[in-house]
Amino acid sequence: MPVVMDAARVERTIARIAHEIVERNRDLDQLALVGVRTRGVPIARRISEAVAAITGTRIPVGTLDITLYRDDLMRHTVGPQPVVHRTDIPFSIDDRRILLVDDVLYTGRTVRAALDALIDFGRPRSIQLVVLVDRGHRELPIKADYVGKNLPTSPRESVQVRLAETDGQDEVVVQEAHA
Amino acid sequence: MTYLLKHGRVVDPVNGVDGDFDILVKDGRVARVGRDLPAEGVPVREVPRGSIVCPGLIDMHVHLREPGQEHKETVATGTASAVAGGFTAVACMPNTDPVNDSASVTRLILERAAEAGLARVYPIGAVTRGSRGEQLAELGELHAAGCVAVSDDGKPVVTALLMRRAMEYAGMFGMPVIDHCEDPSLKADGVAHEGFNASRLGLRGIPGAAEEIMVDRDVVIAEVTGGRAHIAHMSTRGSLRAVRAGKARGARVTCEVTPHHFTLTDDALEGYDTNVKMNPPLREAADREALIEGIVDGSVDAIATDHAPHHADEKLVEFDRAPFGIVGLETAVPLTFDRLVHTGRISMARFVELLSVNPARILGVTGGSLTEGQPADITVLAPDLAVTIDIGRLRSKSKNTPFGGWSLRGGVAATIVGGRVVFVNPDVAGAQALAGA
Amino acid sequence: MTTQTVTGLKGKHLLGIADLSAEEIGLILETAEAMKEVGARPIKKVPTLRGKTVINLFFEASTRTRTSFEVAEKRLSADTLNIAASTSSVVKGETLVDTALNLEAMAPDMIVMRHASSGACHLLARVCKSRIINAGDGMHEHPTQALLDAFTIREHKGRIGGLKIAIIGDLLHSRVLRSNLLLLGKLGAEVWVAAPPTLMPPDVERFGVHSTTSIDEAVRDADVVMMLRIQLERMQGNFFPSLREYFTVFGMTEERMRRAKPDVIIMHPGPMNRGVEIASEVADGPYSVILNQVANGVAVRMAVLFLLSGASEGDQL
Repeated sequence: MPVVMDAARVERTIARIAHEIVERNRDLDQLALVGVRTRGVPIARRISEAVAAITGTRIPVGTLDITLYRDDLMRHTVGPQPVVHRTDIPFSIDDRRILLVDDVLYTGRTVRAALDALIDFGRPRSIQLVVLVDRGHRELPIKADYVGKNLPTSPRESVQVRLAETDGQDEVVVQEAHA
Repeated sequence: MTYLLKHGRVVDPVNGVDGDFDILVKDGRVARVGRDLPAEGVPVREVPRGSIVCPGLIDMHVHLREPGQEHKETVATGTASAVAGGFTAVACMPNTDPVNDSASVTRLILERAAEAGLARVYPIGAVTRGSRGEQLAELGELHAAGCVAVSDDGKPVVTALLMRRAMEYAGMFGMPVIDHCEDPSLKADGVAHEGFNASRLGLRGIPGAAEEIMVDRDVVIAEVTGGRAHIAHMSTRGSLRAVRAGKARGARVTCEVTPHHFTLTDDALEGYDTNVKMNPPLREAADREALIEGIVDGSVDAIATDHAPHHADEKLVEFDRAPFGIVGLETAVPLTFDRLVHTGRISMARFVELLSVNPARILGVTGGSLTEGQPADITVLAPDLAVTIDIGRLRSKSKNTPFGGWSLRGGVAATIVGGRVVFVNPDVAGAQALAGA
Repeated sequence: MTTQTVTGLKGKHLLGIADLSAEEIGLILETAEAMKEVGARPIKKVPTLRGKTVINLFFEASTRTRTSFEVAEKRLSADTLNIAASTSSVVKGETLVDTALNLEAMAPDMIVMRHASSGACHLLARVCKSRIINAGDGMHEHPTQALLDAFTIREHKGRIGGLKIAIIGDLLHSRVLRSNLLLLGKLGAEVWVAAPPTLMPPDVERFGVHSTTSIDEAVRDADVVMMLRIQLERMQGNFFPSLREYFTVFGMTEERMRRAKPDVIIMHPGPMNRGVEIASEVADGPYSVILNQVANGVAVRMAVLFLLSGASEGDQL
């Protein structure tokens, strides 16, 4: 079970992303972070803190559950429905520049669902995509604006991002998927 | 038709017989019963190993539906079902269309029964015209045409006065009045036993008291008039108490219990299977246990099926719209063996009393014993036969039973009416030999 | 929020609370939380059930429940079809089974049914391939009502276990009662029911509740008071002498409400008979959460529709 990012590496990566965000966005008060459940949410919070540490400006963070927008929900009914959690976006997204945050970018389908969901909340000025890991194998024309680490993988492998908030410790591991 | 039935365990409580006997059947009658009877040129028919040979079973409460409801059952299909269930005779209730309240309907039923040539059929006439509970039917004429008892079954005889008159008048012809005991105002539009299960399932209740009040009344009227009351399909411990008390006081009252009431309780309502909807309804465990005790101690006179065929479409509806009743002729023997005999609750002699001796006595018909000279109505039982109730194989035109798929121990090997073997169970090894040919 | 120990419903259908475990009830309520948020958005619609067809088959008049289901279905982007069949027309012609099989030929995914006969949904579930949701069957169950009641109680009290909940009114004929007794029992509430003996279901104590003919005893220190509707036609059955007397003995007044806990909430599944089972001042009083119940109905029904649209153990064939 190779660890491709350890805790220190995760921390440095998030700090770097925060710096890139600060460099590429002049009006920080127009920004808002929206984390995709589950692990996009703590990453978004950490980015918000990192940006605050650099600039003193705290970017608000929202939580997005994309379950109700998934395109595979009604197609292969092989198991029970995934558990739906609350979406919590405590600010208007109209005319904001939204930073959509997820842990792993893979096929792009989660991001597609998240974009659909976000647009139901209003009309943001722009949406940029932030991911901790891009593992390739896109199935939709989607590209990240901020990438923590590009990680070439085979489709048989699974990439797991673990975070202190959800899993007890920070690390990114690559595993052979169970057949 | 003469043959020697050999090597069965003969159980004939009227004659105090229980043991290995042979029966010489001659010209449709029982000619001799004895040990190791010599063949003397008479063809020998060996009964299957382990069989019990007893006087033909009599179901004193069935609905044959003819005339008028032939989509549910006919006399022919009903008697085919009867003989497959081990019954050599059935008494059929008058709630046909038209109601059997006249000699012409009685004769029609008897004609149909003769044409079918299977079980004997004893029509029961209506107490009142159209069973409307208003005016007495012509009971004398019904009796002359062949009715053996009167009943407005399906409905109670509502007023006490009418019941009194009926018992008095029918008594003149030696006929019992069979009453479907139910206070209509307490029963109302109930569909299930009033209790926790009905409460839980949101089904309108039929309290036990609806039956008990009428049983009490009938016992009192029987006492007062000296007439004979027979309580149909008794279902509650309170009714049993009333009957016991009446018998103790010398009232001429008898009663019957159905196999479903001694087998099931209202727990079976779960799932709303309309095949557990019957009237009286399945009661609680305490009632079932009391009924079994009554069967054991002799307070209950007879086991009768209340065979009530209904077409599948009529039962495939909402529970409260479905008609009451289930078929019972082909499940009665397996249920009685499995639940009462093999559990050690009753002896084989008691089995025969409940299903043959007492029904014959109450209805005043032949049968109930293997006395020499009696018609050779004989049931050959297979007490250890493994029976799985297969709805597809029921001979009845209707398949409305909750016992489909049940595995039970004990069944019927063959049924003989007037010396003729009218049913042989293909599942019983060696039973075919009974058919002769 | 409680932690979920199940991630799906075991059954294919929602026929009654009787078939649900406490964990499954928890899952439905948690999911309803998420669904409630959808209803607060500017665009109150998610694409979840896009392409799914839901038939609302109502054999009894119903405004509240039918519209609530319909709104829930539309918020989930399902195609909905409303069929209001009167039971009497079914008597004349088609049986329930034939009606259902005809509708099935149009390949719906779910059928939401309200019917006057207890167990009608069980019958439908036996003959249909669609998922069946019971929107009230006779005097048996009304599971989504009990779920929305639980959701509303939890919203106000934060919990259900340990609360004293009094249910008062026509208990005998109430499917809302039966679903609530089962649900509140599974979640550990202390339930008191009060009604005249003529309107008390036989053996009601076997649900694990306290029964009384004293409304005051039931209400004393209650956290929640749930009033059930008195059907005006019950007077003909001699269940009680008059509506006036009913209100005198069992009507909920401000005076009686004072015996409850100070933070009591009062609920009613509707439609209310003001001045029969409940005084207007109570129905419109500060402790009334009756309109919250209606609002929460949509969220709970969305949750049920969503959870049942997944695969279930019953599908493994």
